[in-house]
Amino acid sequence: MALSEQEVLAGLAEIVVEETGIDAGDVQLEKSFTDDLDIDSLSMMTIVTLAEEKFDVRIPDEEVKNLVTVGDAVSYITTAQA
Amino acid sequence: MIALRTTTGPEFSRIRGLGVFRGELAVPNDDIVGPINSSDEWIRKMTGIATRVRAKPETSVIDMAEGASRQALEHAGLEADQIDTVILSTITFPHITPGGAPVLADRLGIAAAAFDISAACAGYCYGIGQADSLVRSGQARNVLVVGAEKMSEYIDPADRSISYLLGDAAGAVVVGASKTPAIGPTIWGSDGAGAHLVRQTASWFEYRDNPGTPFPTLFQEGPSVYKWASFKMAPVALEAIEAAGVTPSDIQAFIPHQANTRIIDQMVKQIGLPEHVAVARDIVDSGNTSAASIPLATERLLRDGDVASGDLALQIGFGAGLVYAAQVVVLP
Repeated sequence: MALSEQEVLAGLAEIVVEETGIDAGDVQLEKSFTDDLDIDSLSMMTIVTLAEEKFDVRIPDEEVKNLVTVGDAVSYITTAQA
Repeated sequence: MIALRTTTGPEFSRIRGLGVFRGELAVPNDDIVGPINSSDEWIRKMTGIATRVRAKPETSVIDMAEGASRQALEHAGLEADQIDTVILSTITFPHITPGGAPVLADRLGIAAAAFDISAACAGYCYGIGQADSLVRSGQARNVLVVGAEKMSEYIDPADRSISYLLGDAAGAVVVGASKTPAIGPTIWGSDGAGAHLVRQTASWFEYRDNPGTPFPTLFQEGPSVYKWASFKMAPVALEAIEAAGVTPSDIQAFIPHQANTRIIDQMVKQIGLPEHVAVARDIVDSGNTSAASIPLATERLLRDGDVASGDLALQIGFGAGLVYAAQVVVLP
């Protein structure tokens, strides 16, 4: 069963916290991975890979550049699950 | 019907000797950050590299291969006439023909079979797999396996994808018969769908036929390569461990291709290696030397006393192709 946006956000936040050590409360929909959360291109790939496993979706490499904010990723995963 | 005679060989093979040649020049990050508008801090954070070794302009791939090979032969206690095959893994020998291996063999006084393999950063492990088979089939008593690269001839100082990682070096080993098992099964493969991920910026024909095309250099889609190497190679490594009939706790050293410390760290995590395993991080001082990186890193671990002769090492090479190979070996 597809998860709600809120559930995807919570799951994604767990991954981001695990990879970066930042506070879970900072992982908000409008936050930019690069500018706000200081996540570099390699850490982003780790997050994407772990998200693919966790949510059972495929996020092509060429799509990653479009996932600018946490909200972009949540939307992508939610849609891909549907 | 006439039955042909075939060769039979010893049951086991092992690495008998190891030699290395590092490029003579240590090039720190500060020397190369200008054209890529970067910093020492950024390069260390993204790759772990502090310096890379590069060869003098007059030093060739074959010069480095010869230096490493002579050391390996001496370490193995073997003479040139005891070598039956020379395998040179390189992507930077500057001729499409002849291959570099016969030239190298001749320098060493070897007239045996000699050929090049093109398997980029997996080339050393590909060579070990081939050497193991040649020895155990009885086709060769001893095989000289060399990874040699002068990567600095194919870099663009302004390229932010791969050039700043690369170094020049050669590593060589001799594989011969063994009384006990000392080279586990090679787990290898390819994924040509990712051929574009590490590539030459233009083919030689494009360079020749299109005026204005810059001299071809190396380029990589860094994040995609990171993802592939970090997450797809761990199962390959685990398969090599299982195929050798051991467990991760039996391994004393993990010697992956020295591509990036971020990849190495992630692989350690994904494989689930215990803390006692010595992890090779020669990349910090040598950079990414493609086919030479695993023997270089092996030599470093032995020299620093992190591991000893007879210890078990898991080695895995992966790179442009995409190609990969892994095996568990007993260190020489």
